[in-house]
Amino acid sequence: MKFIAGCATNVRFKAEEFLYREGDEANNFFVLREGKVAIEAFSPKRGAITIQTLTAGDVLGWSWLFPPYHTHFGARAIEPTRVLCLDGKCLRNKCEEDHDLGYELMKRFSEVMIQRLQATRLQLLDIYGENG
Amino acid sequence: MDTTRSLLPRPYRVEQSRQETYDTWTLELDPVDGGDGFSFEPGQFNMVYEFGVGEVPISISGDPAEPERLVHTIRAVGAVTKALCHMKKPDELTIRGPYGTHWPVEDAAGHDVVIVTGGLGLPPLRPAIYHLLANREQYGRIVLLYGARTPQDIVYTAELKRWRARFDIDVETTVDAAKPGWHGNVGVVTTLIPRAFFDSAHAKAFICGPEIMTRFTLQELQKRGVGTENIFVSLERNMKCGIGLCGHCQLGAVFVCKDGPVFRYDQVQPFLTKREI
Repeated sequence: MKFIAGCATNVRFKAEEFLYREGDEANNFFVLREGKVAIEAFSPKRGAITIQTLTAGDVLGWSWLFPPYHTHFGARAIEPTRVLCLDGKCLRNKCEEDHDLGYELMKRFSEVMIQRLQATRLQLLDIYGENG
Repeated sequence: MDTTRSLLPRPYRVEQSRQETYDTWTLELDPVDGGDGFSFEPGQFNMVYEFGVGEVPISISGDPAEPERLVHTIRAVGAVTKALCHMKKPDELTIRGPYGTHWPVEDAAGHDVVIVTGGLGLPPLRPAIYHLLANREQYGRIVLLYGARTPQDIVYTAELKRWRARFDIDVETTVDAAKPGWHGNVGVVTTLIPRAFFDSAHAKAFICGPEIMTRFTLQELQKRGVGTENIFVSLERNMKCGIGLCGHCQLGAVFVCKDGPVFRYDQVQPFLTKREI
């Protein structure tokens, strides 16, 4: 924890400011402390499509864990947002050296990823439609 | 319940029709005979009949403290509901009811109350919300989590805004999909549960929405530590008679119209994941 905390910096984003854009190199991840962030994809015909919003307490970003270490979606602050920004690249190297730390971190991120996957599956079902 | 009285259809006149969304209308009805008001408990439903078209079960969505006007919010999905949604003042229809069990608003006194709803699950819960807010001092925190398909599918938008402005009820809405310009939450309603402020050990939860949403909501509430005995769900089945005679709405050992639609979760837990019923 001490090591992870040492890798963290407090960052503020204004409304409409991007934490990262789709395709950026993924060197960081974020723990949201305040505000709201939209995870979005961009379509030339439809513009920015919000897939999910995250708020205080949520973790954002896991592309730093897996090659090719590039973000798949963009993340934009919808309102003034404060985050803890963690150096994923540094943490990744540390995990290679310390597998206990790596396993613990992977377990925690897996849980977040599973929760997001399940929520997205439910979102895809269109449960509020006529046949919901 | 006076079965004979509640089986007798009573004519009502449409006093006001308000379009909530592209496929949902709210009808305000007055008795044609001008008689007594319509007393009901939050969560109960009526059998609503349009002459020559048919009869459907619709939850009562008005204020139980204002029985002089009956309110139903209806989504146009089938022949009868489409016909009902096209009704205007002074069209007439008949009502029989009220039927079924109700949200345990009295038992929830002294507790936090968490309301999780999605789609057209909000109208059956609105009478309970009216009651909770009218008796605000009796309850701890009140949390309303509401999910809709898109921002255009949100019902009672003005009322949600008013409730949010009261500051004595936490109102969070979320949508599954939104166009640019929407600054609210995006994601399923279950994602709001871990973020909500309430005391899990002393909370009563009321859930109404599509059954898939209900099942996932139950999981999230249980993860938060809300006991099954404190969770209440409203279920929907094909109801015809409204009094447990015809058997259309049978769910295992219970009839949704008579023993429900509001159930304590542990009463129906075994049936919710059985495909065969």
